[in-house]
Amino acid sequence: MIPLWMYLAAAAGLFSIGVFGVLARRNAVAVLMSVELMLNAVNINLIAFWRYSETSGLLSGYAFAAFVLIIAAAEAAVGLAIIISVYRNRRSVIPEEADTLKG
Amino acid sequence: MELNAITIGFAIFTILTLGGGIGVVTTRNLFQGTIWLMMSLFGVAGYMVLLSAPFLAAVQILVYIGAIAILITFAVMLTRSVTRIRERYIRTLPSLIAALVLFLILIAGVTLPAFGGQNPDTAPAIVATTTDFGKALVDGSGYVVPFMLASLLLTAAMIGAIFIARDEEA
Repeated sequence: MIPLWMYLAAAAGLFSIGVFGVLARRNAVAVLMSVELMLNAVNINLIAFWRYSETSGLLSGYAFAAFVLIIAAAEAAVGLAIIISVYRNRRSVIPEEADTLKG
Repeated sequence: MELNAITIGFAIFTILTLGGGIGVVTTRNLFQGTIWLMMSLFGVAGYMVLLSAPFLAAVQILVYIGAIAILITFAVMLTRSVTRIRERYIRTLPSLIAALVLFLILIAGVTLPAFGGQNPDTAPAIVATTTDFGKALVDGSGYVVPFMLASLLLTAAMIGAIFIARDEEA
C-alpha cells in the first residue's frame, strides 16, 4: 500500500509545476493549460484524503473531486472562448497585451 | 515498501504525471504541449484507479483527454499568432523561485509531522463504490442540490462560451 504522503508529494510537485507555468508562460493558452495542471493536483489530493480517511463511506471528497472536474470543464470552455475573442480583437494571445481596462 | 503491481503502477503514473507537467510548461510548440498535457492527465487518471475511484478515472479520461484537450487543440489552432511569440517566458527567475519555495513549503507540510502528525500508511479496507456515489447524487440528504447547480453551471458556461467567442459580423 502506498502511504498517503507520497500521493500528497506528487500532487505538490504537479501543483508547483502549474504555478510556474501560470506565472511564467507568455502564451495565454499555455497559462490555461497550467491552470488545468493545478486543478488536477488538487483533485489528486481530494481523492487521496477521501481514500485514506476513516469516514470514506461518506463520499465527501469523492463528490468534491467530481464537482472540481465539472468546474474545470466550464472554466476551460469560457477561458478558451475569452482567449479566442481577445485574439480576434487584438491579434495577440499574450495576457499582458490585453490591457484595455488598465487605468 | 515492497515491489508489487501497485508500487510499480504508482511509479509509472508519477513519471507520466510530473513528466507531462514539465513538458507542458517547457515546450515551445503548443501542439506538443497539448500532447504532454494529455499524458499528465492520463497519469492523474491512473492515480484515481490506484485510489479505488474508477468512475472518476473514466470521467477524467472522457472529460479531460476527450474534451478539454481537444478544445485546447482547437484554441491553439485558431490563435496561431501572426507575430510569433519568440520567447517562451516572462519573469522566469522570480516565477521559478516562487514555484520552488511553494514546493518546499508543501513538501515540508506533507512529510513533517508538525501539522497534526496523522499520517496513515494504510487505507481503510471498506470503500464506497460507484453505486454509492450514484445514489448519493440523487439523494435528498446527499448531493442533489450541487448536482442540479452543476448542470445549471454547465449550461451557463456553454451559452457564455458561444456568446463570447461568436463573431460579431457573422
